[in-house]
Amino acid sequence: MAGIVRLTRVTKEYPRSGVALRNVSCEVDKGEFVFLTGPSGSGKSTLLKLLSFVERPTEGEVKVSGYSSATIKSREIPMLRRRLGIVFQDFRLLQDRTIEANVAFALEVTGVPKANIGPRVARLLTQVGLASKATAMPHELSGGELQRVAIARALANDPFVLLADEPTGNLDERATRGVFQLLRDINASGTAVMMATHDLSLIEWSGLRYIELEQGNLVYDGTDATRFTADGRRR
Amino acid sequence: MRLAIRESLLAFKRAPLLGILSITTIAFSLFAFGLFGLVAVNLQSALRDVENRVEIRVFLADGATEEAIATMLGDASAFPEVAEAGFVSPDSGLARARQELPEFKDVLDVAVLPASIEVRLKEGFRDPIHVKDVASRLGKYPSVDEVRYGEEWVEKLHKIRTIAAVAGSGLGLVFALVAIIIIGSTIRMAVLARAREIEIMRLVGATDWFVRSPYLIDGLVKGLLGGGLAILLTWLANSVISRNLVQTTFFEPWQIAAGLTAGALIGFFGSAVSVGRHLKQAWREEG
Repeated sequence: MAGIVRLTRVTKEYPRSGVALRNVSCEVDKGEFVFLTGPSGSGKSTLLKLLSFVERPTEGEVKVSGYSSATIKSREIPMLRRRLGIVFQDFRLLQDRTIEANVAFALEVTGVPKANIGPRVARLLTQVGLASKATAMPHELSGGELQRVAIARALANDPFVLLADEPTGNLDERATRGVFQLLRDINASGTAVMMATHDLSLIEWSGLRYIELEQGNLVYDGTDATRFTADGRRR
Repeated sequence: MRLAIRESLLAFKRAPLLGILSITTIAFSLFAFGLFGLVAVNLQSALRDVENRVEIRVFLADGATEEAIATMLGDASAFPEVAEAGFVSPDSGLARARQELPEFKDVLDVAVLPASIEVRLKEGFRDPIHVKDVASRLGKYPSVDEVRYGEEWVEKLHKIRTIAAVAGSGLGLVFALVAIIIIGSTIRMAVLARAREIEIMRLVGATDWFVRSPYLIDGLVKGLLGGGLAILLTWLANSVISRNLVQTTFFEPWQIAAGLTAGALIGFFGSAVSVGRHLKQAWREEG
């Protein structure tokens, strides 16, 4: 089966900062869970930006759910993004709206009929375990809870793949495990998840596939987490 | 569309100060432009009044026959530049002179004033070249003694009009540019204040049109309100000047409509440009 996400010899070069990704090829299948790891500046965020078509590759091809970076038209990009869920380290919520309004926002601006929004928001908040905080404001929530809101918003339009850029980067260990478990649950229901992270223990502990980048090069793609201890990067 | 209006209202409710600031900034920039326009309109109308008085006076020789005068009157009226030509008899000429120059009332005598033909030119032909041309054509008639039209005065008037027009358009352009720049940056501020909303809209797949529309409505409404406020301020200023300094004329209705339209258009396109620029940059700057 062809991957739902596929990079073919992708190079991304920025005019000022130079090469961010060099000749990267990889594939993610429907319903897979894949970590993306590597030191800061290794190209993780660039890769996620390429997948959400915020950036286009300098060379090579990015294919996401049938849309190709070589042929996609500007007006098709919003349509693609509706099928992607995107989550960031800093949550990116609207501070002046309630939790439910934040989730509803994603549905409103994509033209979902008003009657469908309320029930859908309630279901999403239940799914991420925040039904009781629907009318709270973002500043009343903990970091872990805020990330759950961001995940609920990312799930609003039923994405086939969830892109998470260091979603646990700002969270303590307990909240990290909670958010990770939530992502696993989402993955179990059929949504592919690509999660960029620095947290090697999480990768090791989960035993899941990970793609490692270093200075823009793909240096490893597999499930062997013993590499971390072997080359002395962990404790 | 409903959501776009709701979002604009929400933005105003959340940051009323910023909204009011934008509207007053637009109003004051347009007010400055309006005051300038008021001066230009009044100067123009004053100059037009003066120019209306441009006329050619053809003094007839003593022996001019009635027939010759009638021919001349007919010919002169038929000139494409001429609005009207009329005969002024020595008597009526004298009466008018006495009325216009009361201090010489007693000195003036029928014998001093010859009969004449008074020629008024159509608008657009009151510049030195046309006046001179018509005057020289009239001077060729045999029964003409002398043609006068205040050569120097006509030339000076023409120069003033030209300078006023050039300076007026130049200054007007500068004022309009300043207004557009100020309004543009005000709108940009409003857009930046909502950068996060724009970012999230794009993130979840709102179309560019959808992202833009609240700002376009916002800009249009603010421009219209600012324009209305500017006209009100200009009207107030005009009433104060009219009552206390000199009689002035206010804008014609079509000029007011043009002002409102300009406000709305500046608001609309200012927003369009600001949001467009922002949409291009928005995500690229993120780390």
